[in-house]
Amino acid sequence: MPHVKVHVQFPEDKIKEPVIYQIGHEYKVVTNVRRADVRETTGWMDLELTGDSTEIERAIVGLRTKGVVVDPIELNVVE
Amino acid sequence: MATMKALVCRECGKQYPTKAIHVCEMCFGPLEVKYNYEEIKKNVSRTKIHDGPHSIWRYADLLPVEGPTFLGPHAGMTPLVRAKNLGAHLGLDELYIKNDTVNHPTLSFKDRVVAVAITRARELGFETIACASTGNLANSVAAHAAAAGMRCYVFIPGDLEAAKVLGNLIYKPNVVEIEGNYDDVNRLCSEIAGEHGWAFVNINIRPYYAEGSKTLAFETVEQLGWRTPDQVVIPMASGSLLTKIWKGLHEMKYVGLIDEVRTKINGAQAEGCSPISTAFKAGRDFFKPVKPKTIAKSLAIGNPADGYYALKATAESKGSMDMVTDDEVVEGIKLLAQTEGIFAETAGGVTIGVLQKLVKNGTIKKGDLTVAYITGNGLKTQEAVIDAVGRPVRIQPSLVAFEKTFKMGKNGGGDS
Repeated sequence: MPHVKVHVQFPEDKIKEPVIYQIGHEYKVVTNVRRADVRETTGWMDLELTGDSTEIERAIVGLRTKGVVVDPIELNVVE
Repeated sequence: MATMKALVCRECGKQYPTKAIHVCEMCFGPLEVKYNYEEIKKNVSRTKIHDGPHSIWRYADLLPVEGPTFLGPHAGMTPLVRAKNLGAHLGLDELYIKNDTVNHPTLSFKDRVVAVAITRARELGFETIACASTGNLANSVAAHAAAAGMRCYVFIPGDLEAAKVLGNLIYKPNVVEIEGNYDDVNRLCSEIAGEHGWAFVNINIRPYYAEGSKTLAFETVEQLGWRTPDQVVIPMASGSLLTKIWKGLHEMKYVGLIDEVRTKINGAQAEGCSPISTAFKAGRDFFKPVKPKTIAKSLAIGNPADGYYALKATAESKGSMDMVTDDEVVEGIKLLAQTEGIFAETAGGVTIGVLQKLVKNGTIKKGDLTVAYITGNGLKTQEAVIDAVGRPVRIQPSLVAFEKTFKMGKNGGGDS
């Protein structure tokens, strides 16, 4: 089953929202959080999305639509 | 040389074999090379380094390669310039410029990291090398691949300036222009690196690639007569260069080449892309990603992979960070050129601008032995200063016109 590792960053106004839970319900992907730091003013998570490629793609678009910054696990690789 | 022990996760400490992997399977943290310092200590000495090649490979004992064949034989050992004129202008007694504008073969510090990456890639059996880049990295990868006879793929954003594209094409790699914004390019490159069995220098080879930056610390100390500076000023893009200079200084201590590290590490960014400096100034240990908007394009990384580690290293060293406007970047480029005869790219303007700020606010003091890292050549970013350097003086083709313009008498002398 395809899987993608991503780093997601929550803006301050999204920290209280159950974004990862919602993504797991709205798309056919399994979300697996491996590392995270969520505080009052910031939050990020390193997670793995597992599912069909098209569904992973849709989930990433869905995360972005919810106002979350999604980057590859390596963050910025274009130097 | 079997100086590498393992790749180790910077977060959870899990160890991996020294292969082409870069992310911890357990916690997804980044991997970095762990060395056997006790073993290195037995083999390395100041004399051995001194008698070694005039390149980064004189420090091969502290680099993540097995040897004895090294690619990129001309990278490193760039001049450490005693900047008396700039020092006097800024009010510093002992200022040095580490001048990587003349690094070989492509005139930026990237030749150091790429030489290490391509050497390790070849050792690991790769025949194709690749990178995602908007400038200096692509130039360096393409040039090294050509010299090594390796297949090369360079991925660039579709809107890159013509001069920069040419700088890649001349080496005849496969240059792939990707339609879309930075995030699209970034993500595609990460996916390609995951799918194809290539050595992507700044992705799956990154643990080795990044180590090449340590040579800037090694050379600085050796060229200062085995002394560490009191202060260094380092430009930050991903933040990797800063963390590796800090690591390199400590490795010299671990293996007995120096007794102590007393260096304060200072990071420099442009205001239009300053996630790390902004976090530092706000007293935060985390940064917020930004959309870059600055002429310092070689530093324009909005979500820097090593940002957190750069903040940590700077705090450990009791150093500082700051940022400068684009106008100050241009002024910094001009100041360095007009005092020391060194034409730096925009990242150099950032370094000089921040150096100036840190001297003014008392962070760097008059008597501090200070080194500023100038990481790329100004010929690469001429567009940044084209409107800020004036025009030539135009005269008619006669001696009279010349002497009149410059107010000279028959026997010469006098200035305009």
